[in-house]
Amino acid sequence: MGARIEPVKTLAKPMGIAAFLLVVAFVLVPVLALLSRAETGGGGAAVWPAIRFTLVQASLSALISVGLAVPLAKALARRRFIGRGLMVSVLGAPFILPSIVAVLGLLAIWGRSGLFSDMLAHFGLGPLDIYGLKGVLLAHVFFNLPLATRMLLQGWQAVPSEHFRLAAQLNLAPRARFVLFDAPVLRGAAPSALLVIFMLCMSSFAVVLALGGGPKASTIELAIYQALRFEFDLASAAQLAIVQLGIGFAAAALAFHFGKAARFGGGLGAPVRNWDKRRLPMVLDAIFLLLAAIFIGLPLLAILAKGLAGLLVLPAGVWQAFLVSLAVALASTSLALGLALALTHLIETSRYGHMVELFSLLLLATSPFVIGTGLFILITPFASPFALALPITALVNAALALPLMLRILRPALGRVRHTYGQLAEGLGLAGWARFRLLTLPQIRSELGFATGLAAALSMGDLGVITLFAPPDVQTLPLLMYRLMGSYRMDAAAGVALVLVASSFGLFYIFDKGGRRAGA
Amino acid sequence: MLELEHIKIRQGPFVLTANCQLRPHRTTAIIGPSGGGKSTLLMAIAGFIEHRGDILWQGESLKGLPPAARPISMLFQEHNLFSHLSITKNVGLGLRPDLKLSAAEMAKVDAALDRVGLAGKGAALPRALSGGQRQRAALARALLRQKPIWLLDEPFAALGPGLRLDMLALVEEIRAEQKALLLLVTHTPEDARHMAAEVMFLDAGQAEAPVSAAAFFATPSKRVRAYLGL
Repeated sequence: MGARIEPVKTLAKPMGIAAFLLVVAFVLVPVLALLSRAETGGGGAAVWPAIRFTLVQASLSALISVGLAVPLAKALARRRFIGRGLMVSVLGAPFILPSIVAVLGLLAIWGRSGLFSDMLAHFGLGPLDIYGLKGVLLAHVFFNLPLATRMLLQGWQAVPSEHFRLAAQLNLAPRARFVLFDAPVLRGAAPSALLVIFMLCMSSFAVVLALGGGPKASTIELAIYQALRFEFDLASAAQLAIVQLGIGFAAAALAFHFGKAARFGGGLGAPVRNWDKRRLPMVLDAIFLLLAAIFIGLPLLAILAKGLAGLLVLPAGVWQAFLVSLAVALASTSLALGLALALTHLIETSRYGHMVELFSLLLLATSPFVIGTGLFILITPFASPFALALPITALVNAALALPLMLRILRPALGRVRHTYGQLAEGLGLAGWARFRLLTLPQIRSELGFATGLAAALSMGDLGVITLFAPPDVQTLPLLMYRLMGSYRMDAAAGVALVLVASSFGLFYIFDKGGRRAGA
Repeated sequence: MLELEHIKIRQGPFVLTANCQLRPHRTTAIIGPSGGGKSTLLMAIAGFIEHRGDILWQGESLKGLPPAARPISMLFQEHNLFSHLSITKNVGLGLRPDLKLSAAEMAKVDAALDRVGLAGKGAALPRALSGGQRQRAALARALLRQKPIWLLDEPFAALGPGLRLDMLALVEEIRAEQKALLLLVTHTPEDARHMAAEVMFLDAGQAEAPVSAAAFFATPSKRVRAYLGL
């Protein structure tokens, strides 16, 4: 088709531009604020190990997660078994599991006094030690193996079933099947899965805070936190922030280049029909599925079991922390939603749309601590930033949720435009009426899913709040972290269960709300 | 009079040209091989794609007008209804794009539904209706909009032969009442013979000037004969 004829002018464009300027400010202003306060010199020495560790752990996490996801996704794609549906659902859980909770679950299984250490003790073998690189990798694979599996699984299920019937009819050799089906699927899905996971692990904070640490196992994010919290070394923090931004930009540009990339939701329904009855692949698939179920399932069960016991010793203040977390989550989600909707319109209609999108995805790569600290410096002349710890947290969480929302909402809006765009234009359906009558009802389910994710992630986030919160202010994750810090593990486990229930509950309510009576 | 003045549309290697006049108050069928540019021509007239040359209605240029500002109602092959809105709301959009309908306007919507044989179906969602009923609803909306030009892009191609002829008869009836100019893209020469006063042949991007249907089928040119399989 030729160029589109631009329809009626509405408020949507100015709103989109305003949202974009806000995003630009979010990325740039904090760094500038930091730089303005940074006296020359600064740390320097601590920077290189942090960069090296960040790159190493993020690359390894991505490679291991995707490497293990290949056989797992393939097994899930071609086998029917009881509990398959449950397994696919459970694979969605770690993504919104608060990371500090996951750490607790992993420690219960892999820690010094965890399940496996106890079992090894029977054979006279020493306890496992999961601090340092090992532990960080373990946690990151726990989070991202399911994500990678779901991404690859979508690739396999996009292969038309006719192709599999044809392959069965022609009795193609395994090698030919690999070339025809598996290789294209992997080429399509693996690069984006690798990059998404790399980016997620690069900015991972809570996991590294709990399991890493020390000069040998400290990410850039953690180094920024330490520079700010313990040394108030703004120069180092600014330097690190710029490095983080640079690496993130490179990864974001690559991810963008690899196209459609991450789809976090979508139908993962029936398995591909399989006519291959050979024994060995079947046994291997069964082993992979079982190991994966144990690896993902055991920590989740441990969280549940310890949490139930911990409910009896819940500390005072847990319900107040719950309300605080809820308020922060709802505020940040509303803000992210408003920004995302304004931006998607601009991305869809503007000639510079792809630039806007790239820049917005860059928020994934910025450091929450840099945004937080930038705001801290900007606010200090006018008010006490410690009193504003919660609004700052909500703002930063909104910035983190925005790229995720864009990724989910953009294809939905594209679909609406593609299906109904001409009809709407022909009828003169424009502006607010178009949004209310057409767009909103048509993207309900994606909107519910994206909102649910953002709310759940914000609810479980343990990030900038660790920098600013005065002792009497706490969210659920912060309360949990403080309890773990004072070795009150039972109470922490109880809070963990409350936190998980709230996160999943929020996700469920929004997601369900979107699906109800949808078109 | 709808005048297509030196229309030229370029889409990659494909070029469509048209230079002719269409008389008001009557039905012109556009027929020709797939990929010849029939839909593309309708899209240009409706204002969805840009083109060289000019399109005039009653002497006034439509150039640069957004689709909603043109004196045109268009029926697509499918997706004429918004799947999440009731039939009444879908039809009501023809009167008020923000759906703030007065009681009098609601009555008009009901009358239009009645006219196309969908009385009592107003509260249903499109998915509860058959394909033919959905196109009837779209027709009811076009009826309410009272635009002097109707563009139909094979809206009944997916229906069975009997149902298709019924629908075409209904379209022709309402069109005659409203004295609209109807441009009907069709793959079925029978339809053109049945209800069109004139026929425009469009092949490989070249629109021929419309001729009377009788003449078109009585003395087909070589290209038309090849298309008809004669």
